[in-house]
Amino acid sequence: MFNSFQRLNALIKKEGLQIVRDPSSILIAVVLPVLLLFLYGTGVSLDLDHLRIGLVLEDTAPDARSFAESFVNSRYFDVKIARDRRELIPDLERGKIRGMVVVPSYFSEFRRLPDTVAPIQVIADGSEANTANFVQYYAQAAFSNWIQQEVADSELKGLPPLISAEPRFWYNETLESRYFLLSGSLAIIMTLIGTLLTALVVSREWERGTMEALISTPVGKWEIVGGKTIPYFFLGMISMSICLFVSTVIYRLPFRGSILSLFLCSACFLACALGIGLLVSILSKIQIIASQIALIIGFLPAYILSGFLFEIASMPPWIQILTYFMPARYFVQCLQTIFLVGNVWPLFWKNIAIMLFITGLLFFLISRKLAKRLDE
Amino acid sequence: MKLLALIWKELLVVLRDPRSRISIILPPLIQLFIFAYASTLDVKNATIGIVNRDNGEQAFELLQRFHGTPLFKEIIYLKGMEEIGPFLDAQKGLMVVSIDAQFSRDLDARKQALVQLICDGRRSNTTQILSGYAAEIVQDYNNDFMARSSLKQQNTVLVPRNWFNPNILYPWYNITSLVAVLSMLTCLVVVAQSVAREREMGTFDQLLVSPLSPLEILVGKIVPGILIGAGEGFLMWAVGAGLLGVPFTGSILLFALSLLVFVSAISGVGLFISSLSATQQQAMLGTFVFMLPSVLLSGFATPIENMPSWLQPITYLMPLRYMLILSKGIFLKALPASIVFEQIWPMIPIALFTLSASSLYFRRRLE
Repeated sequence: MFNSFQRLNALIKKEGLQIVRDPSSILIAVVLPVLLLFLYGTGVSLDLDHLRIGLVLEDTAPDARSFAESFVNSRYFDVKIARDRRELIPDLERGKIRGMVVVPSYFSEFRRLPDTVAPIQVIADGSEANTANFVQYYAQAAFSNWIQQEVADSELKGLPPLISAEPRFWYNETLESRYFLLSGSLAIIMTLIGTLLTALVVSREWERGTMEALISTPVGKWEIVGGKTIPYFFLGMISMSICLFVSTVIYRLPFRGSILSLFLCSACFLACALGIGLLVSILSKIQIIASQIALIIGFLPAYILSGFLFEIASMPPWIQILTYFMPARYFVQCLQTIFLVGNVWPLFWKNIAIMLFITGLLFFLISRKLAKRLDE
Repeated sequence: MKLLALIWKELLVVLRDPRSRISIILPPLIQLFIFAYASTLDVKNATIGIVNRDNGEQAFELLQRFHGTPLFKEIIYLKGMEEIGPFLDAQKGLMVVSIDAQFSRDLDARKQALVQLICDGRRSNTTQILSGYAAEIVQDYNNDFMARSSLKQQNTVLVPRNWFNPNILYPWYNITSLVAVLSMLTCLVVVAQSVAREREMGTFDQLLVSPLSPLEILVGKIVPGILIGAGEGFLMWAVGAGLLGVPFTGSILLFALSLLVFVSAISGVGLFISSLSATQQQAMLGTFVFMLPSVLLSGFATPIENMPSWLQPITYLMPLRYMLILSKGIFLKALPASIVFEQIWPMIPIALFTLSASSLYFRRRLE
C-alpha cells in the first residue's frame, strides 16, 4: 500500500514536471482561458445594439418622416436612408446592412383612407439567421413605440392597442449576453484542459515508445490512471480559479452562488472531461488522431451541444438525444445558475449525480481498455 | 520535377495512411452535420409557465391562443406569483406569462391591460426571441378583440420578409459558413503538422540534406495543404448543395477562385505555426489558438458591428471575414462578380504577407 502510494506520487511528480516544462501545457492552462474569456467577454456579443439597416423612404409626407425619425432615434439601429431600394441592394448583398425597411410611396395616403391598410415592409438578410430574427424583432418594437406616440398625438388615426405584452428578464435585467456567454465559456475552458490536454498525454507516450517502458515497471494500472489524471485535475482547478477571477473582477460578471458549489460542480465535470480525454488517448494511440477525436467528442459538444449558446429544445430529436450524454450540458446549467441566480441545490444535486455517473462509466471503460492494452 | 515529387510525397503521407485519411474526411463531415442541425438559435418546443389570476373570459381566450400554437411544447399552469421564482430558478421553463386579476375587468372598461412576460435572463438571446413570439400572439388577440368590440384600430402594419433565406433555415446559414471554416481548419492542420511531424520523428534533417533547396521544401509543404484545404471546401460544397439542399445561386468558378485565394492566405499561417513548434502537440495547440479568435471574431457567430469599435479594425486582417461574405453570397445571394472581386482582393495582400513572412522565418530556422 505504501509502495503504491510512493509510486503514484512519483508518477504525479513526473507528469507535473512535464506540464511545467512544456510551454504548451501552460499555454492551454493559462493563455487559452484568458484568451477565451476575452473573446467571449469583449468580442462576441449577441446584444445587437447597432444593427445597420437601410431605410427606403419612397414617401416623404409627414407621416413617413415621423416614422423614419423613430427608427433613426432608436438605439438598436444605425440607419442609412435612401430613396430607392435599388441603392441599398448591393450593401445588403455584401452584408454591409442587415436589412431594409421600406415605406412605400402610397403610405401616407393609405393611412388616411378608412378601408385600406398601409404596409411597411421589413426585409431582413436571411443568410444571417439570428441577426435576421433580431432585425424583425427590434423593428416590431420600434414600430409599436411609434404607433403609441402617434396615437397620443391625434385621435384621428385610431386607438392604440388595448392589450400589450410587457417582457421582463430576470437574473439579467439589462440583457447582456456576455453574462451567459462568459459563464458558459467556463465549461469550454474546462473541457479544453480536461479533454484536449489529457488526450495528448497518453498517446504521446505510445508514439514515443515510452509507454512500453512504463508498462515494464512495477506500476499498476490504477497508478497510471491516477498519475495521468491527478496533475491535470489540479491544473484544471487552477485555471478555474483564474477564470473566476478574470470574469468577476475584470468583466464584472455577477457571482450569486457560492465558491463551494462552483468548485463542487467543477470538480465533477473535470472528472468527466479527464475521463473522456484519457479514454480517447488510450484508444487512438496517435497524437494527431487523438487530438481530432478529442475535438469532436470533447470540444464541439461543449460548444454546440451543451445549451451554452444554442437552445437544446430547438434541435432535431436525434441531436437532443446526443446531448443527454454530454457532461457539458449538465455543467453549463450549473454554471449559469451559480453566476446569475444563486445556489439552487436541487438543480445542482441532480446534475452532479449525473456527472458522477458518467465519470464512473468512463473510468470503468478506461480500466477495461487499459488492461487489454497492457496485456498485448 | 524534384518539387513535384516532394508534393506528391507530402500528399501521400496525408492521404495514404487510412487513419489519417479518415481523420481528414470524417471529422469535418461529422462537424458539418452536427453543426448544421444543432447550432440553431431558433426557438422551438419551448416549455413555458402561465399564471392566470383572472377568471374572466378574455384571459381564457388569450391563453387558448397560447395553447393553439405549435411553438410551445408544454404549458404548465402555476398556482400563483410565488411559484414563478422556483419555476424559473430550476429551469423548468423559459418564460412565464402572467395575467393579473384586473385583466378582463380592464378590458371590459376599455382600459389598457398588460400581459407580463417574465423571462429567464440566463438565456437572454432565446428568451428575447420567445417573448417576441408571445408578444405577437398577444397582438393578434388584441387586433381581434378590438375588431370585435368595433373599436377603430391602427391600419398601419409591418410586413416582415426575409430575403435569401425566406424561412430563416439555420442549416443554410450554418453550412455556408462551415464551408469556409472547415476548409480553413483542414488546411491549417495539414500544413501545421507537416513540418512538426518530421521534426518530431527526426526525418526533417534527412529532408534538409536532400538536394532540395529551402524554397522547394517550403513549396512542397505548402502546396499539399492548399490542395487538401480547397478539396475539403469542394467536398463541403458538394455535400451542402447536393445532399443537404442548400441553394447554390452563384457561379462555381468564382467560388473556386475565392476558395483558392482564401486557402493560400491560411496556408501561410499554417507554415508559421509549423516552424514555431517543435512537436505535433504544440502545432495542434498553435492551430487551436489561431482558430479560436479567427472564428469568433470573423463575423461567423455574431455580427462584426457588435464588437467594440477598437476591436473591429482587427477583423479586416482575418481572411475568414471575407470568405464568409463570399461563401454566403455565392451560395445564397447570387453575388455579382464585381462584389466578389471587391471581397477577394483584400485577401491577396494578406496571402502574400503570410506566405512571404512565414517563408522568411522558416528559411532562417533552416539555416
